[in-house]
Amino acid sequence: MKVVVWILLGLLVVVHQLDLVNASRTLVADFLPLPLVYHAGLSVAAAVVWFLVTRFAWPEEAEPEVSSSN
Amino acid sequence: MTTLVIVIAYLAVVLGLGLGSNLLSRGTKQDYMLASHSIGPFLLLMSLFGTTMTAFALVGSTGRAYVQGVGVYGMLASSSGIVHSLCFYLLGVRLWTFGRRNGYTTQIQFFRDRLDSNALGLLMFPVLVALVVPYLLIGILGAGLTLNGATAGTFAPGTFPEFLEANAHGGVPRHVASAAICLVVLVYVFAGGMRGTAWANALQTMVFMLLGVVTFFVIADDFGGLRAATAAVVDQHPEKLVSDKIPRTVYASFLLIPLSVGMFPHVFQHWLTAKSRDTFKLPIVAHPVFILIVWLPCVLIGVWATTRLDLPPEANGRVLPMLVGGLDMPVLAGLLTAGVLAAVMSSLDSQFLCLGTMFTEDVVLHHFGRDRFSESRTILMARLFIVGVVVVTWVLSLFAPLTVFELGIWCFTGFTGLFPLALAACYWRRLTAAGAIASVLAMVATWLGLFVASDYAHNTKFSFLGMLPVVTVTLTATLAMVAVSLATNPPSDETLAKFFD
Repeated sequence: MKVVVWILLGLLVVVHQLDLVNASRTLVADFLPLPLVYHAGLSVAAAVVWFLVTRFAWPEEAEPEVSSSN
Repeated sequence: MTTLVIVIAYLAVVLGLGLGSNLLSRGTKQDYMLASHSIGPFLLLMSLFGTTMTAFALVGSTGRAYVQGVGVYGMLASSSGIVHSLCFYLLGVRLWTFGRRNGYTTQIQFFRDRLDSNALGLLMFPVLVALVVPYLLIGILGAGLTLNGATAGTFAPGTFPEFLEANAHGGVPRHVASAAICLVVLVYVFAGGMRGTAWANALQTMVFMLLGVVTFFVIADDFGGLRAATAAVVDQHPEKLVSDKIPRTVYASFLLIPLSVGMFPHVFQHWLTAKSRDTFKLPIVAHPVFILIVWLPCVLIGVWATTRLDLPPEANGRVLPMLVGGLDMPVLAGLLTAGVLAAVMSSLDSQFLCLGTMFTEDVVLHHFGRDRFSESRTILMARLFIVGVVVVTWVLSLFAPLTVFELGIWCFTGFTGLFPLALAACYWRRLTAAGAIASVLAMVATWLGLFVASDYAHNTKFSFLGMLPVVTVTLTATLAMVAVSLATNPPSDETLAKFFD
């Protein structure tokens, strides 16, 4: 699952860089340009993927002791 | 005048919060600088988001969208949603572990300890301070422009000295406004320390997110509604609604800019305040959505403004202040102005506090010893240092171009140039002190060369080899770090044992 999560994150970057609908003049709900909706969707997708990272790829080492050595 | 009164009332509330948090202080230096590592997920999310979203996110994004259109969101907002959380995960959690284990308060303590090098610390202090100055400059410019734009027409000619009234349009002169905002932030940072800053950040982040959304709908209504606002752009500037004119190499190189968050000294300090490793989970997940909530309305407002304002590209920092100031509802304009100032102040406070911490820990205590000065004397020196940096930045703001976005990109380019060093320090055992020093020097030399070539940020379309300067700066710093590290002796096993199992 850990590998799947990192592949998803990689795909997210690829989809971001492809910038697929950057020339579309379609308006979503009559006021939102499609290129903007595309990237807003990526923001939501990023939150979902990062949730999966915290769920399946979170560091499991023990919490360190607090030092006072400054 | 109503607008100004509301802004002053908001500043009084923020001051009260900072002073009030002082009553809960444990009275220790650790509490002042790191809130005794007691910050939970919600406060960490608000602190990190409030700190990373400054005038750049509100004033800068609106101004840049006015010039370039909706493509700005893809260049920086959606990429930041991916990359900022990556920095929190790859660096934040790791550095929190090191900081907790070895008792660090500042970035420089970590780098000095990790590479067993005093020279690296001596080099990094002026470099980091020099990079924080343009970041402060963005906030100071944004605050001044916003308050000036929102109060336009309030004062009769002759209210302020003549040299201040140039281009003030009867509003609070931007230099006076930015000085007043700095003063408010200095007072609550000096009184409340990190705890006060975290509280003020939480309040101000909620304020600017809420008022940002309100601003969006109010300005949309002023344009005749959401559909009418966009329809006017379709008629007059349809090119602003697509993003296919951005060169692909420039678009790709923007992906590196958000890596800068991994080297912001004030973000490092916020990471260290976390109560536990799991505290990072909420900020990592929620950060992309929070960016969406702030950036999407700002980008649309900037695009809509193309049908109403006629500003030269180099004055794009005035777009949002002029739209807010142009509303025929002074109470609302006051609240919206307070929202923008909240975003600015929630970054300035962390930066001020961080500068003081760095000066105290990395200069005074490290080089003069912990017994040389009394605690009150040390704090006084730190405060004088912060005030000195703020005054220098304010003076620079008198001459800086009014392009918040472009100044921000140059500032972030420098921090991104240091990102390879942070990543290597966390994960690459073979990194050496000489390699780290070479990397910092390569970053500084490349950044300075390109900054001068861009006419000191006045050339807003500057690129190098068809890409943003950040690519050249980061590649040069990485190559120098790897080559010199491989050519020099690795750190001792004793040093490595403190960081790697």
